Amino acid sequence: MTDKLVTIEVNGQELQAEAGIMLIEATDAAGINIPRFCYHKKLSVSANCRMCLVEVEKVPKPLPACATPVSDGMKVYTRSPKALAAQKGTMEFLLINHPLDCPICDQGGECELQDVAIGYGRDVSRYSEGKRVVADKNIGPLIATDMTRCIHCTRCVRFGEEIAGIREMGATGRGEHMVIGTYIEKSVDSELSGNIIDLCPVGALTSKPFRFNARAWELTQVEAIAPHDSLGSNLNLHLRDNKVMRVHPKDNESINETWISDRDRFSYEGLYSSDRLTSPMVKKGGEWKEVSWEMALEMAAASLKEIGDGDQIGTLLAPTSTLEELFLAQKLMRGLGCNNIDSRLRQGDFRMDATQNSVHWLGSSLSDMDQMQTVFVVGGNIRKEQPILAHRLRKAAVNGAKLHYLNPIQIDLNHRGDQDVCTPGEMAGRLAAVAKAAGVKASGGGASLLGAAKVDESAKQTAANLKAADGALVMLGAMAQAHPDYALLHTLAAALAEATGAQLSILPTSANSVGAQLAGAVPHLQAGGTAAERAGLDTLRMLKMPRKGYLLLGVEPGRDFWNGSLSMSALQSADMVVAISAFRSPELEACADIMLPMAIFTETSGTYVNAEGRWQQSRGVVRPQGESRPGWKILRVLGNLTDQPGFDYIDSQQIHDELHKLCESSTLDNKQAEPQNLEPLLSADVLLRGGDTPLYACDPLVRRATALQQTQDAGSDTIRLHPQEAARLGLDGSDTALVKQNGNQIDLPLQLDERIPQGCVWISTGLARTSTLGQPFGEVTVEKA
Amino acid sequence: MVNEVCLRTLDLERPWLMEQYQSRGGYEVLKQVLTEKRAPEAIIEEVKKSGLRGRGGAGFPTGLKWSFISRNAPGQKYVVCNSDEGEPGTFKDRDILRYNPHQLIEGMILAGYAIGATRGYNYIRGEFWEPYERFEQALQEAREAGFLGDNLLGSGFDFDLHTHLGGGAYICGEETALLESIEGKKGQPRYKPPFPAHFGLYGRPTIINNTESLASIPMILEKGGEWFADIGVKNSGGSKLFSISGNINNPGVFEIPMGTPFSELLEMAGGMKDGRKIKAVIPGGSSAPVIPGEQMMDLNMDYDSIAGAGSMLGSGAVIVLDDTNCMVKTLERMSYFYHEESCGQCTPCREGTGWLYRVVHRIESGQGRQEDLDLLDDVADKISGKTICALGDAAALPVQGMLRHYRDEFQYHIDHQRCMVGAG
Repeated sequence: MTDKLVTIEVNGQELQAEAGIMLIEATDAAGINIPRFCYHKKLSVSANCRMCLVEVEKVPKPLPACATPVSDGMKVYTRSPKALAAQKGTMEFLLINHPLDCPICDQGGECELQDVAIGYGRDVSRYSEGKRVVADKNIGPLIATDMTRCIHCTRCVRFGEEIAGIREMGATGRGEHMVIGTYIEKSVDSELSGNIIDLCPVGALTSKPFRFNARAWELTQVEAIAPHDSLGSNLNLHLRDNKVMRVHPKDNESINETWISDRDRFSYEGLYSSDRLTSPMVKKGGEWKEVSWEMALEMAAASLKEIGDGDQIGTLLAPTSTLEELFLAQKLMRGLGCNNIDSRLRQGDFRMDATQNSVHWLGSSLSDMDQMQTVFVVGGNIRKEQPILAHRLRKAAVNGAKLHYLNPIQIDLNHRGDQDVCTPGEMAGRLAAVAKAAGVKASGGGASLLGAAKVDESAKQTAANLKAADGALVMLGAMAQAHPDYALLHTLAAALAEATGAQLSILPTSANSVGAQLAGAVPHLQAGGTAAERAGLDTLRMLKMPRKGYLLLGVEPGRDFWNGSLSMSALQSADMVVAISAFRSPELEACADIMLPMAIFTETSGTYVNAEGRWQQSRGVVRPQGESRPGWKILRVLGNLTDQPGFDYIDSQQIHDELHKLCESSTLDNKQAEPQNLEPLLSADVLLRGGDTPLYACDPLVRRATALQQTQDAGSDTIRLHPQEAARLGLDGSDTALVKQNGNQIDLPLQLDERIPQGCVWISTGLARTSTLGQPFGEVTVEKA
Repeated sequence: MVNEVCLRTLDLERPWLMEQYQSRGGYEVLKQVLTEKRAPEAIIEEVKKSGLRGRGGAGFPTGLKWSFISRNAPGQKYVVCNSDEGEPGTFKDRDILRYNPHQLIEGMILAGYAIGATRGYNYIRGEFWEPYERFEQALQEAREAGFLGDNLLGSGFDFDLHTHLGGGAYICGEETALLESIEGKKGQPRYKPPFPAHFGLYGRPTIINNTESLASIPMILEKGGEWFADIGVKNSGGSKLFSISGNINNPGVFEIPMGTPFSELLEMAGGMKDGRKIKAVIPGGSSAPVIPGEQMMDLNMDYDSIAGAGSMLGSGAVIVLDDTNCMVKTLERMSYFYHEESCGQCTPCREGTGWLYRVVHRIESGQGRQEDLDLLDDVADKISGKTICALGDAAALPVQGMLRHYRDEFQYHIDHQRCMVGAG
């Protein structure tokens, strides 16, 4: 493709178009409508539906606009008798075997076939023979099928091949008997699978959770920002009667393009969980009692003041909270003399904090991700952490980028890439080998590892690819950040990036991980993202050195923490725990003394700062449930009740503006001084637990999204290990194993899995039972149950 | 002038053997080309001069097709032979594979030399087990004799050839579906352009020719393009294999000069069975529009003569029908075939071929409606020229041909719920 412009004429109108683009792109850009079904701007051209046939001067046959490149002087007629005859002919063919069951079809009212039929169809069919009927398939809990309605456009098939990167749908059979399906009955497991619902032009693939719940014309569309991963995907919420009925993507080429992950699409179900906390409650004599807001707030304020010494309070904030909530929470607590504030609940090592005085971020804009030539991911399963980001990395890989992974588990890639798999204890050593191969000298924090590192071919290759690339990243993923030697990994990765000319990328794990740093919701940075005057305790130290009181915001004890059992014991031992939360859970009720019901996603306005530092605001679009209130309002009143100045906000915009002003000169920067003398904390010689946080276990909202919880990616309370490791541990033929960690023990079902390195057993965190154990990476003993 | 080119060994005992082929001068021209290091451009020029047109049915000039390949473009290029002979009525390539496989092999090597390809594939129709075995045996012989492999006859030119046995789908005879099939994918045509000369097998420049076209190459290069062109007539160079079948005494394959009168071909085939009257001829495989018998008796077997009568020479499959045939029944059978064989990829063919069949079927079974003939015309018109490949046209043409010449027979079926032909 060149930048050369050609002039074409469409229906007598002169258009300029880039040479080589397809006609339909030129007409779409000019607002000239040509009907189509199989064409989609993000998918390859298949030219199979034949709906976009147009007349081109000097060409005897009508040509498909989606597959005809523009050429200079081309004269096109999209509505000439010949073009219309071809389009109407195709329309008639498409309808003869279509069931026309619009009244009972979920797509009715937003169906591309319906819409186009109005313009190009007949009122009465000339086809009187029996119609084709296709058996429906069960492809999992997210997508409902009604394949009789399928018009074989193959958008879903091409999506799997080209975007999701796994071929899950395909066409089998010939002619009229051609059927779109999975061939062998199986669920569609891509983390982006819901997009085929949007792509399907008819009602063949529809949303299972939404099915039969509302009609398209009853819904109001409003915009929102996705509250889970650090992308901040743009959403369109579809509302009816003050309720979110479903979620669709909103196009934003520089973030989510036209896609969203299944997590962003289906998590709304969690809003309507029966676990919602709907009125303020206090614990009296071990019993929970509903109280008025007034009483609850006064009790909360009083009990925070009562502790007296601010240092005896711990403040734990969910990184999915809005920027305004995070900012107000730290303002409130710092005002009370408490500097123990953190939102990095799943981080395993905080030794880097002391020298960090800028905001850590992705290290690149999202749109530059696709252009990277080499990416080295350390401790990250990006597909199952941040699916849309993974899509961008996949695009880079498809374009020829070299992707290298260093992980404590072999992950499923949907693109070409090299994987180095080792136990959690060996990771820092392997990373040191790559750094050494890149020429990093044995000094600074990782000196001893660098000295001992053995450089092998794979390390050399990774280093060489990073060096050779014009655009390279060394990315620290969620598993690296959860590693007990994260500081070492960080130091080595920074040195490697420096030596190879690559950017260091610290993948923010949650919707407001970057925002939390800007808002001062971390112990070592204050609002504005600069070094705090007085650094407080980080999450781990707040729990290891239990405080007398805690303030929790949107946090679920146990499941939201790096070390679930430690979080439970620390919180339970406190005199006073004030929890601002949207949900109640047995764990929260066991720890808390006062629970204040909070409005969340869609019910409250707020800002999210995404991985690349983009501020995006979301409005409250449905009323909060029960008596719940937006978090910023709760925190504002607590500020007033603790007699603090500067808490007289009228709306969340004022809070946003105040913080925005503080952030005017703040920069996102991953460079920092290296801490010295870092020694590995994780031994390489003992049996280690490895653990990720499954895609749908990451936050309280998604954990309550029922359909998502039925998928593979919800994770399971199991112990997975290599067959040979199982043999070594004497677990041959066992169905369950007894797992002990930090003095806690549980029985878990056992699964043999060759993707787990030997010397390691895999137990995910964030799940109902596994969160009663300890940290995801640490010493563990496993024996016969 | 019969059996001059592709069937030149047919009179020999076990003509498929290497020694027999060589006894007639086989592989001599290949040796010559390789030792003289003849310029590839000169070979293409010779093929152009011969007037050879694609024998698979479309009749596209072979030399011109070869000249589209950018010979000096870097990377792999391919020669593919289309032996997926599936058009109903056609069985000529089968006889080349059975009786003269070496000439095809030699032709493919020469084609590879001409375009700079070092790999060839012969895609053989799935049902052709005997021809497949013969061809494989010939490949073995050729490899042993040093005609296939690396550095052929010390010339520095490498060429190897592999067989790919189809799975039985008619659509895989469409050149781009065939390429997909070789690649291990579902046999579905690609949208063209790009054409295989630029984006062919595995995305590489590829020439794909019919078996008979490629098997004609050694003789063209041996005796010259002009010699070949002179066998035939203007615009239709050379001789051609015709597979003639139907209500005749002696069905079979005949290699005769282009432009031979149909009446002579019919005579070679033993004339009409039981001396019955000739009713109609389908001159170029089932997708060619039917021509009334009387008109056909005055036509010659070449591209222009048949096209002048509103049909096409196609693959040279001549189906002769006598007056006991019901044209509605005949069309029903053909429409059923295209309905069954549509790949299903694009809408007009997937949906339209079934519709055509069902309407013809209901007329045949006495359920026809007055509006049905107009409906058939209209549906056929909505398919033709609107599909990704030519299968849609192939399904529409017989319908259009039948209605042009035998509309009264169809009308009779509708009006009387029965056939006007006794045998119907």
